[in-house]
Amino acid sequence: MNEEAVQANVQTMRLDLAAEPVTMQRGGGALTYLRKIGAVFVKDVRAEWRGREIFSTMTAFSVLAVLVFGMAFDLRVPRSEMIAPGVLWVVVLFAGVLGLNRSFGAEVDRGTLASLLLAPVDRSAIYFGKMLANLFFTLATTLVILVVMFFIFDLNMFHPYNLLAVLLGVIGYVGVGTLFAALTANSRARETMLPILLLPVMAPVFVAGVGLTAGVVDGKQFSDLRQWLVILAAFDAIFIVVAYLLFDLIWEDA
Amino acid sequence: MGSTTVRTNASGWRGVDIIQLALGLLAVAAMTISMWAALYYAPAASNLAGDEQIAQRIFYIHMGCNIGALAGFLMSVIGSIVYLVKRDLDWDRVSQASIEVGLICGMGTILTGMFWAKPTWNTYWTWDPRLTTSAITVLVYLAYLLFRNGIEDRRTRARFGSIYAVVAFLSVPLTFYSARLFRSIHPVVYGAENVDAQGGFSVGATMTQALNINMIAFCVLFSALLVLRWRQLRNEDAIAELREELE
Repeated sequence: MNEEAVQANVQTMRLDLAAEPVTMQRGGGALTYLRKIGAVFVKDVRAEWRGREIFSTMTAFSVLAVLVFGMAFDLRVPRSEMIAPGVLWVVVLFAGVLGLNRSFGAEVDRGTLASLLLAPVDRSAIYFGKMLANLFFTLATTLVILVVMFFIFDLNMFHPYNLLAVLLGVIGYVGVGTLFAALTANSRARETMLPILLLPVMAPVFVAGVGLTAGVVDGKQFSDLRQWLVILAAFDAIFIVVAYLLFDLIWEDA
Repeated sequence: MGSTTVRTNASGWRGVDIIQLALGLLAVAAMTISMWAALYYAPAASNLAGDEQIAQRIFYIHMGCNIGALAGFLMSVIGSIVYLVKRDLDWDRVSQASIEVGLICGMGTILTGMFWAKPTWNTYWTWDPRLTTSAITVLVYLAYLLFRNGIEDRRTRARFGSIYAVVAFLSVPLTFYSARLFRSIHPVVYGAENVDAQGGFSVGATMTQALNINMIAFCVLFSALLVLRWRQLRNEDAIAELREELE
């Protein structure tokens, strides 16, 4: 690049900043906002691709947990359909906590949280970007869980309604989970605090998810399953809006 | 950091002290009357016999505790929202105090319910929506207290606690609705009929009076405990601030 072009670049940058100092943070319309969310998401996925600490831990834990449940119930439960829905959701929730803990925990440990917060984007873009990354990791883990359960429990749970339930349930889970992960990121007992905060609040997702998966396994019609999907969708909508509103308040003194 | 805690040099009795003492005495009287109403004044249920007949009297205390828990958790979300808007630590103390008092009432609700359920349902525990919701709610607010205690900075503690309290409060009704889709056996004494209910009884005029006495009595107890705890938290913060100044 020649000298003049650099000079021109610097000048336009300066002009941009001078004209509207907050454009980078707030303005730019919906598409720019989505691009900012995408940037945070890509950053998290890239960090994961290089470090391989979230997805590998989550899958290793889930496979182990499914095997442990399989062994524990093997002699007492006549048919795997009776416990499979519960096992699926318990493993998803517990494995999810591992990933959510790293979501902001890794930033604190590496000392990169401050630089992330300094990024010239709205804090809610950080929330949605992190949420999408967590969604991506947790859904990938759930896919592995479903495959492992297919073999261990000899049960096909790749039913469209069940996949929809998993999608909706995990969206709600990471929606609240990302908010709580940010809340607990700086506390001393981060690893133990997050599940204590998160799991009781997740009761609706857990109950509705188990109900829906059990219904699918029992071969029920869509009309019987619809109410569960409504609860999951309502949970997602309410809590993502609430988390969006509250997320700005977390680092207001940082 | 700006000092928000009111400090007075006055010694001796102040207006708040007198109000608190009056509330405390009123609460003692109210609890005495409520026990009398529940155990003597309320008539026996006409359709129950044996252990169930004795156990049904716990209902009055059960409902009283329930009102206390409800008031506490409602109060906590109000305190949290007002704190997040106004940033006045007094409202955070309202939130914490009401959650602590609400938790005691909530545990009282669960315990009395369990003692009633054993003779009536022949089990201490079942995953009825109301039972599920009450258990989850108690866990949610226990988590709130644990979470708060882990945060050093006073303002961060107030802010994070308030954020969590708002989210937690919103999840409670959803927990109830999702759990209700499973069949319920909890009797509904007022309002809608529950055809699957077991151990219910119809309420006569005297029973309603006894119940109202209990609800009011527990509201008085709740307010007395809330004011007491709120002032205690206020004093704790004042001591912490003074200590900081000395250091």
